[in-house]
Amino acid sequence: MLRLPRFKYLRPRTAREAATMAAELGARAMFVAGGTDLYPKLKRRQFEIDTLIGLDFLPRAIRNGSTECAIDAGVTLSGAAHNAHLNAGFAGYAQAAGLVSSPPLRNAGTIGGNLCVDTRCNYYDMTYEWRKAAGFCLKKDGDICLVAPSSPRCWAVSSSDTAPMAMALGGVVTLVGPDGEREAPVASLYRDDGIEYMAKQTSEVLTSLRLQASAATRSAYVKLRRRGSIDFPVAGAAVAVEMEGDLVRTARIVLSAVASHPLEASAAGAFLGGNRLDPETIREAAELAGRPAKPLDNADLSHFWRKRMVRIVVEQALGRVSDQRAGLDG
Amino acid sequence: MSDRPHLSPASGEVNSLRVVGKRLPKVDAATKVTGRAVYADDMLPARTLHCRILRSPHPHARILSIDTSAAKRIPGVIAVITGADLPVKFGILPVTQDERALEHEKVRYVGDPIAAVAATEEEIAAAACDAIAVEYEVLEPVMSIEAALAQPKDERIQDYGGPNNIHKFVSLEFGDMDGGFARAAHVREDVFFFQGNTHLPMEQHSAVATYVDGRVTLWSSTQVVHYVHRALAKVLELPMNRIRVIGAAHGGGFGGKTDPFAHEIVVAKLAMLTGRPVKCTLTREEVFYAHRGRHPVLMWVKTGVTADGRITAMHFRSALDGGAYGSYGVASTFYTGALQTVTYDIPAYKFEGCRVFTNKPPCGPKRGHGTPQPRFAIELHLVKIALDLGLDPVDLKRRNFVEPNTRTVNWLRVTSCGLEECTDLVLRASGYRERQRRPGHGMGFAISSYLSGAGTAIYWNDMPHSEVQIKVDRGGVTAYCGAMEIGQGSDSVLATIVAEELGLQPSEIRLVTADTDTTPIDLGSYSSRVTFMAGNAALEAARKMRAMLVEAVEAAGRTYDEVTFEEASVLAEARFGTLTSAGSYTPPKLAGPYKGSGVGPSPAYSYSACVVDLDADVRTGLVTVNKVWIAHDVGRAINPLLVEGQVEGSVYMGLGEALMEEQVFRKGLHKWPSMLEYKSPTFLDTPEIQTFIVETVDREGPYGAKEAGQGPLLPVPPAVCAAVHDALGVWIDEIPVTPEKVVEALRRKGKGEPARYGPPRFPDIPFPPAIKVEPPPKDLDASTAQI
Repeated sequence: MLRLPRFKYLRPRTAREAATMAAELGARAMFVAGGTDLYPKLKRRQFEIDTLIGLDFLPRAIRNGSTECAIDAGVTLSGAAHNAHLNAGFAGYAQAAGLVSSPPLRNAGTIGGNLCVDTRCNYYDMTYEWRKAAGFCLKKDGDICLVAPSSPRCWAVSSSDTAPMAMALGGVVTLVGPDGEREAPVASLYRDDGIEYMAKQTSEVLTSLRLQASAATRSAYVKLRRRGSIDFPVAGAAVAVEMEGDLVRTARIVLSAVASHPLEASAAGAFLGGNRLDPETIREAAELAGRPAKPLDNADLSHFWRKRMVRIVVEQALGRVSDQRAGLDG
Repeated sequence: MSDRPHLSPASGEVNSLRVVGKRLPKVDAATKVTGRAVYADDMLPARTLHCRILRSPHPHARILSIDTSAAKRIPGVIAVITGADLPVKFGILPVTQDERALEHEKVRYVGDPIAAVAATEEEIAAAACDAIAVEYEVLEPVMSIEAALAQPKDERIQDYGGPNNIHKFVSLEFGDMDGGFARAAHVREDVFFFQGNTHLPMEQHSAVATYVDGRVTLWSSTQVVHYVHRALAKVLELPMNRIRVIGAAHGGGFGGKTDPFAHEIVVAKLAMLTGRPVKCTLTREEVFYAHRGRHPVLMWVKTGVTADGRITAMHFRSALDGGAYGSYGVASTFYTGALQTVTYDIPAYKFEGCRVFTNKPPCGPKRGHGTPQPRFAIELHLVKIALDLGLDPVDLKRRNFVEPNTRTVNWLRVTSCGLEECTDLVLRASGYRERQRRPGHGMGFAISSYLSGAGTAIYWNDMPHSEVQIKVDRGGVTAYCGAMEIGQGSDSVLATIVAEELGLQPSEIRLVTADTDTTPIDLGSYSSRVTFMAGNAALEAARKMRAMLVEAVEAAGRTYDEVTFEEASVLAEARFGTLTSAGSYTPPKLAGPYKGSGVGPSPAYSYSACVVDLDADVRTGLVTVNKVWIAHDVGRAINPLLVEGQVEGSVYMGLGEALMEEQVFRKGLHKWPSMLEYKSPTFLDTPEIQTFIVETVDREGPYGAKEAGQGPLLPVPPAVCAAVHDALGVWIDEIPVTPEKVVEALRRKGKGEPARYGPPRFPDIPFPPAIKVEPPPKDLDASTAQI
């Protein structure tokens, strides 16, 4: 059977200490929180390191303010999914956390880990032996992108369910580095590149996430995947809409699993501003939202179908926030 | 019938069975759920070495050289072997001995084993495999049925079989085909494709071998200890009496552990070379390469019917994508044409089958072995014929149901048959006739049949197929049988039958099973044969034992019912000495008088009927199954709880095949050999399943029992496709029914093209002239029917 490689496990007591360790060790080390994605990747030799820096010191509290909610990065996905305050004021985020993988993995996986989760590609998420037979790719050990061989870049897919939702809800993360801490919008955390998909320093520890929503904000997340559990998204729509009476004041729509980063459908969000959330408007917004999505043939199901499904998941998500309109439930 | 006093439900006799028919827990349930069962991978004898196998990265290549010197220098590596150490070929069927445990001349699929390492740790063995240098001459891979039928660009995959990469042809004709089609009022042709898929057992294959005092002992997760025993003897060139094969606790097979495998031979050889225990547990990826799963099959069927829907003739063609080796493929090919006739009365029938070699992991038997594919085709084909004629599809099928106690046109003997009862039950429970019409909602109906054990062994011999010994000693009863418990409940069935006859509880029977040194033979857990065959052997042995006990008790002036079992056993041992009895089962000779008649006959056939209720989304093509009703004619449920478990498991697996599972390849590689990417349904994707057990009390089954483990899978895929058609008005003539296919079929329908997604045509295949076989005489079984 596949075995884990041998590695050293370090147990820092603070984020600062963890960041210092990471800065010293460089590429030989990685952080581990829940480990649900990391350990299988160590077994498949997608990650080759000799040291893991444990983040189990991270606090696990959810603090509620009137218009914002601060979630410690160590909160488990099931903890977030079942939190009453999140379900009331940040429903889309609780839904996204509750749709990640399967119950045992949500009990271990953390919200910080899901924001940082590696990009995916079915030429990459395979064992060492399989990748050797297929020919190694840009993302690990090779010099070509197997899904788009003429492309100079890697097209691995951002597959976090919670990252798009955190972006839509104006999320801000706290990052602790060896020399201090800073805050950064979730939207600035990602790059459109399958390999260098995170814009933060690798030594920085993500310690908390703040979400923002007014009393008039409604949010929803719709995830498309083959099965009712376990699977990563093949398309997803995170929607946060702030209402002013019957009209939309602001709207943010962020797509998952159709690019190497969570893809904000800005035109669709802007289009909704000042409009009612009626079926016609929703259809038009969904149409606009689907346009920038360019899925490639490196995830489950055909990319043609996934492309077609983007507007449907957006429509379903907007349908949910518009007074739970009947018949549009995902 | 005189020796089976329990079995006369028709005559109104009071059913006197005490434990047969009771919903008792499995005898090994506590061991399994408390984690105490010892699986092969749980075993770690002192000084065990760990084995890893180097596998081919190329789908098709000649091996020019193998250099193991660097691997041997790695500290901790104890032995490295290659094909030169194990040159003797083997294979499950005597006619296709085409495999080597390790290939040193040519590799035929990505994953073909080349070399093996035994090391002190598994990581070291893996590193050593990576250090073995192999030089290849890469050959053009053959990755589809069409490519295999054409002239190979480089060279053939195997050096035997038909032209190009054709492995096997079958061509058989029964009855008057010309006359049958001539009197048909309507003739229809259809083409279908059933994609390949794999077994996905929870437990990966695993084997541990020792070599002590010149004897090899192998513990393995296998369904067939006897066939593994034979293959080891052949390849290791040892007499069978120096090899012992023991079935370890088993974590699921479904047909995937029915061949002898490279890793079993390799660990035995490495144990012989090193003198230390050697273990190999396959990775999940390697399980996908070991495979032997469902053949992808392309099918063409042409049927003639009268105006009222009676079948007059059927012509069926199949093309099987066999992968790189023979495995069970010859039998699989015959099976794609064998069982059409055991559900429908087909007066004239022609079957042409063809299996090809491709550069993929070899296909073989998976639950239903070669019969779910044609079942899928003919169930949908008959629905289409009914709609052509304006008839109700269920009525048309019913009009053609076989009668109990008949011989089919291809000489298969049907005894008990509960098709009518099964159909009534599912139609009534599902409300199929009264179903509500709402957009996207549909229901589909299908039936099926399966063997209760193959009537012939895999290699020709006249010996029994199953044997049971019973020992009684100080009130303790031990039953010995080669049968392999693979989770299906065969241990429970054996214990229940012995307990029933001796007046005990199943939990009081000690079992010794699946050990070639200590148990008499059973051919293995395949073809749904264990309840019927080992069950009958157990029944005979138990009745002999009971006769001795009764005789001894009565000689002492008492009756069997008034003494305790301990007292009876003391009296009997005093009278007869050591108390042992034996029973065996040999199936009746049922094969018809033609070459190829050995595949299809069974002492009895199970029957199933099923209704699937689903919703299909017209925009996304996503299908949600709401409920499945299934009725299964098991003859007699020895334990209804276990029968329901087998039926539900079959439905679950059938839904996976119908909706998502597919073994597909890209650039010569298996596209997704992982449990995350190869989609199999989760709990959330599995609907409510309502099971009905139908008991037709077969005259030859133990207490009337037939099979339950495979047949109920078969009607599920066609019922799903019939329901999708009912819901959306489009035919998906291939499985799995993925949302892309539904959306594409709807697009075609919208454009006025045929509302169908499926293979456009059946390829031109140079089938040989058919062997023409006269149908059996009407009174063929008259003399045996009353036995």
